[in-house]
Amino acid sequence: MRDYLTFVARVARLSFRGGWPFYAWMGALTVLSLIGLNAWARQFVDGLQTTGMTNQVSWGAYIANFTFLVGVAAAAVMLVIPAYVYRKEHMHEVVLFGELMAIAVIVMCLLFVMVDLGRPDRFHHMIPPFGMFNWPGSILSWDVIVLNGYLLLNLHIAGYLLYCRYRQQKPARAFYIPFVFISIAWAVSIHTVTAFLYVGLAGRSYWHHPLVPSRFLASAFVAGPALLILTFQIVRRAMRYVIDDRPIFTLRMIMTVAMIINMFLLGCELFTEFYSPTQHAAAAQYLYFGLHGHRGLVPWIWTAIALDVAGLLLLVTPLSRRIPWLNVACVACFVGIWIEKGMGLIIPGFVPSPLGQVVEYLPTWNEAIVCMGIWAFGALLFSWMLHVAIPILDGSLRAEPGLASSTSQP
Amino acid sequence: MTAMNHDPQNETGPRALEPVYEPWTRRSFLKGAAVGLAGAAGVAAALHPLLALEEGEVALADLLQKHYRQLTPEDLRRIMDSLEAQCEREHGVRPAIRDPRPLDGVEFGYALNLARCIGCRRCVEACRQENNPSRDDEDDIEMAYIRVLEMNQGAINLETSNVYYDAETVPREGKYYMPAQCHQCRQAPCTKVCPVRATWQEPDGLVVIDYNWCIGCRYCMAACPYDARRFNYRKPAIPPDAINPDQSYLSNRIRPKGVVDKCTFCLHRTRAGKYPACLEVCPTGARVFGNLRDPGSEIRYVLEHKRVYILKEEVGTAPRFYYFFDR
Repeated sequence: MRDYLTFVARVARLSFRGGWPFYAWMGALTVLSLIGLNAWARQFVDGLQTTGMTNQVSWGAYIANFTFLVGVAAAAVMLVIPAYVYRKEHMHEVVLFGELMAIAVIVMCLLFVMVDLGRPDRFHHMIPPFGMFNWPGSILSWDVIVLNGYLLLNLHIAGYLLYCRYRQQKPARAFYIPFVFISIAWAVSIHTVTAFLYVGLAGRSYWHHPLVPSRFLASAFVAGPALLILTFQIVRRAMRYVIDDRPIFTLRMIMTVAMIINMFLLGCELFTEFYSPTQHAAAAQYLYFGLHGHRGLVPWIWTAIALDVAGLLLLVTPLSRRIPWLNVACVACFVGIWIEKGMGLIIPGFVPSPLGQVVEYLPTWNEAIVCMGIWAFGALLFSWMLHVAIPILDGSLRAEPGLASSTSQP
Repeated sequence: MTAMNHDPQNETGPRALEPVYEPWTRRSFLKGAAVGLAGAAGVAAALHPLLALEEGEVALADLLQKHYRQLTPEDLRRIMDSLEAQCEREHGVRPAIRDPRPLDGVEFGYALNLARCIGCRRCVEACRQENNPSRDDEDDIEMAYIRVLEMNQGAINLETSNVYYDAETVPREGKYYMPAQCHQCRQAPCTKVCPVRATWQEPDGLVVIDYNWCIGCRYCMAACPYDARRFNYRKPAIPPDAINPDQSYLSNRIRPKGVVDKCTFCLHRTRAGKYPACLEVCPTGARVFGNLRDPGSEIRYVLEHKRVYILKEEVGTAPRFYYFFDR
């Protein structure tokens, strides 16, 4: 216990050690997070009228970002599977970064749900002993369970491995291997359950569609690895921690396959909606071509598709074996899927409304600032975790600094 | 994760970390305190807008209040008293808030004669006078429980309908009118998806909401196939002289900010043997309301003898709101 407190104290002090680039980066993120918090406080006082949402489009940018980020969090499993199931040694070296990213991203997801609530002061109604949890009936109650469970699993695995590393002990397999395997199934479940939130609503034909969960997973396994590839390069450049190219190219392969599946499923969806257009295709009509003169999402979705296609072309050609081109592909895929799965999935579910009204949605400035604040806070959390984890991983921070780091490697 | 990963040029290498291991000095303590203070000041500045909250808007008693169905009658009375006082404080009108219970042997049903409706929207106006919804002005129908669709003759196509038509010039050539409100479904998607059971079906079939329990996630609005639910994006705005003081806990009391509301077939009236406000005002007699379990009721007669149409029957919601034609 005493050792653990020392560990916490050392981590706390390490958190504030760094050069001016570190302070500038973390300072900027802190300021942006606080600006977001300020915008949320205004929303709390004035109500959700500060957002662009209406009775017709009752979910907007918050739920769109939430949906996208659940996928990014789930994609950590794309490091865990090669590392633990296929025992790829080079993936073991980076798997922890995936778990840390999952923690930061799940926290962002929970924040996006919190800011979407009209009564965040009643949040405890969702926590079983204080509230009345509608389980198993409500898919949202399932989502609360799986998201928090995934957060705890990753906190446990990453925390345990790092603490062992700090104490230079070999981690006991029984303490983490079972959780690693649970986390693999759990990662799939968080995104499937999130898809079921929408698929389960028979009154919204745009969502009530069995392809949605498959497309969720396929696109998640593009966007998540894309973010990891970019992170690895930042880590090895800014934090001088050696990560070779092999994990990056393994992730490139995963992204390529997932993107091919995603685009195939998109094609299936477009064929079904447009070959025999029924009244149920109105939402897709609105999204891709506009409906009754309302074309708010059309430029967005075609931008997303152009980015997706460009990303895919780069990924399948040898061009992306060169790191700069791979980075272009990652950015294109990440942004493309963010649009497609965020605004492109959530908003058309409400347009036209169940009674046929076409009401368009555009986020307000305050809403956009809250979103930016949460993204900044997620980046802050992830940067902080990397800043603390890397000295532990490379042996700079350990329980007994006197011992040479090479003597007691696990 | 091997020692090979250690880069000798690493800024946070063992040497750079030495201070981390040393005991706290006065200097490091002061530095830590300064950072902590700056952080707290930043958070306090960011949260500054919270000072604008009105007194009692987030009260401990509200946070500790239980779900409607867990309240004892005394608790409920006490809460209703405090809601009455709150309404008087904020709006200058003291309402009488009751909690009428469902009647034994009663299941409410509603039928609307599409051949008779002329789209005058008087039902919308009566509903507004009865149910205390928020409004910007007298023409604001956004928060109304009833949406009257102006439909093109020749089809029942919701997508070409219009709710913002001019009600002064009805009925218009080539159009017919279809009012839609909460269908009080037997298989209600809204109650199924609510994560906190803030909305449920009463024994008389009415789907109600505990406005003091709803967390405002709006999942029920996404689930509703009839666009029957409204969200209070802000604190309801109602002129004091427009407030109906005859209120009930589960229906027309003034809603808090940030919760969902909807039509309850005017349960504060119908559970006391009166008709819903929208029926009473209808100039053409297009609306039929009654007890589905009473074989002699008018609603049963309509369902058994007229041509009945159920909106979105394919979604499987089994509504208690029916449309019919008699010409």
